[in-house]
Amino acid sequence: MSQGQDQDQGQSNRAHEAYAPGAWTLPGDRVRLATDTPLSLDCGTALKDVDLAYQTWGKLNAEKSNAILICHALTGDHFVLGPHPTTGKNGWWEEVVGPGKVIDTDRYFVICSNILGGCMGSTGLQSINPETGKLWGRDFPQITIGDMVRAQKLLIDHLGIDQLFAVVGGSMGGMQVLEWAVQFPNHVFAAVPIATAARHSAQNIAFHEVGRQAIMADPDWCKGNYLAEGKFPHRGLAVARMAAHITYLSEAALTRKFGRNLQDRDEVTYGFDADFQVESYLRHQGSSFVDRFDANSYLFITRAMDYFDLGERFDGQLSKAFKETPVRFLVMAFTSDWLYPTHESREIVHALNAGAANVSFVEIASDKGHDAFLLDEPDFHQVFEGFLEGCAEHRGLNRNGS
Amino acid sequence: MMNPANPKSIRVDLQLIADMIEPGTRVLDVGCGNGDLLEHLWRTKQVDGRGIEISTQGVQSCVSAGLSVVQGDVEKDLHNYPDDAFDYVILSQTVQAMMNPRDVLEQTMRIGKRAVVSLPNFGYWRLRVYMLFNGRMPMSENLPYEWYNTPNIHFCTIRDFVRLTRHMNLSIEQSLFLDEAGSSKTIGNSVSIANWFGEQAVFLLKK
Repeated sequence: MSQGQDQDQGQSNRAHEAYAPGAWTLPGDRVRLATDTPLSLDCGTALKDVDLAYQTWGKLNAEKSNAILICHALTGDHFVLGPHPTTGKNGWWEEVVGPGKVIDTDRYFVICSNILGGCMGSTGLQSINPETGKLWGRDFPQITIGDMVRAQKLLIDHLGIDQLFAVVGGSMGGMQVLEWAVQFPNHVFAAVPIATAARHSAQNIAFHEVGRQAIMADPDWCKGNYLAEGKFPHRGLAVARMAAHITYLSEAALTRKFGRNLQDRDEVTYGFDADFQVESYLRHQGSSFVDRFDANSYLFITRAMDYFDLGERFDGQLSKAFKETPVRFLVMAFTSDWLYPTHESREIVHALNAGAANVSFVEIASDKGHDAFLLDEPDFHQVFEGFLEGCAEHRGLNRNGS
Repeated sequence: MMNPANPKSIRVDLQLIADMIEPGTRVLDVGCGNGDLLEHLWRTKQVDGRGIEISTQGVQSCVSAGLSVVQGDVEKDLHNYPDDAFDYVILSQTVQAMMNPRDVLEQTMRIGKRAVVSLPNFGYWRLRVYMLFNGRMPMSENLPYEWYNTPNIHFCTIRDFVRLTRHMNLSIEQSLFLDEAGSSKTIGNSVSIANWFGEQAVFLLKK
């Protein structure tokens, strides 16, 4: 594990270099959408010429009935399978996606796009505002989870797919899954929201606010104009990531991994060096994150999550959102997830039951916290796979995806 | 997944329940265990089936088998379902394990147009004899638990249950008991005989 000291102030941000306008060097595809009709946003404005970067795996069958859309989380991207173009590491969902895996790329046509407002190739804060010819930066409209999903719908239309076999995702990805099921119930056969909630809790808004304040307190944030000034708020973004990363784990997982073990030393130093392994680990998480993520995007995307409240549009009654939905749901939560605790998944399930929806719900026993959905959790994988298998049978999909 | 043309056989009491269900209907199995009955109903009667089960292992095996099952506490979660959401709500060997059997039965009748209830009969003659001569809470092949670890916390007899249905103004459309040879007979008006010789009973109830 690296010592993870603070970055040098002048160090460049690799993500920005790779995705600078005109410097399209990413693997995968990118498509320009909303070229004729602008995409209406919840905040009241509209965006024209929306680019979405995406990747696909597997083959779309002749009936176009075997497509699975994966929605990524806050700091995720469309590199579900690696190697990641900037970090060189594995993709974020290799445990679940691939040939013979739960989401079997030999059987399904798997799609994942970088969200609208993301910083990995889709239209976002580092894109050019066509009206001014300048970077959007902080002037980018505040997008919502609903906006992300409407942009994804344009992509699915572009791919000629009328009904997705499944929409799946964890955390913020799960919020998008719920939005898909509510906004486009006839275009989703099955929905799998994992470790998520139908609205962001006060506690989660509070954690996000800590992260945002850390970024904005960094003098290199330059009131959001760091790109124009040739700077980057490494320290603020790293602190935001460190605080957030704690919420993705659990006390049991931290204790199991690190306990009170010291980092490369036999005694404490009576100073503020990373004496403990857990400190060193967090510093590493922070410093490696700033290499691949944009600070302003972090502000905007966390805000989109804070604004998420699916029942709000339905007089605060979530069950109305799901009334007579034809979508088959699998909701999953993890026992040690304190960021999106089980009772929040249960609220979704109760609302679905009230709408007499077809729903399965399982709380998976795990001590790995919120991040369990990314990790090797055999029970989770078994349930997930069985659900997809059952749905495939109901949908009339064969083993080979035809 | 098994072959729909050749469904695996299920327990005889589950088969009696399945025989009472019309094909192609909406069914909720309350306390569905590992999903044997739901899967059978899906395969043989093409029902739109759902389940509630409290045990993690049960729910995992159900969902892994492609069944729509929610992990939850029956006594809390039934309240979330709308009125008449199902054609049948099944309580298979479930009521006697509830804290509030009457409340569960009321909820069942609210959310289902009909209910199918199966239960062990505590009035069965062998259990009466066991208690008479041993002076201990009866145990049998079907009721293998000690008093301190049994999930069955509200035992009743066939006569007790028939009385409850009268109190609740429910009509019994069909009633069967299973004798020790495993053959089923109609209870009808012969509650006394059923109460002595039935090890288990199955009722089809309507509001």
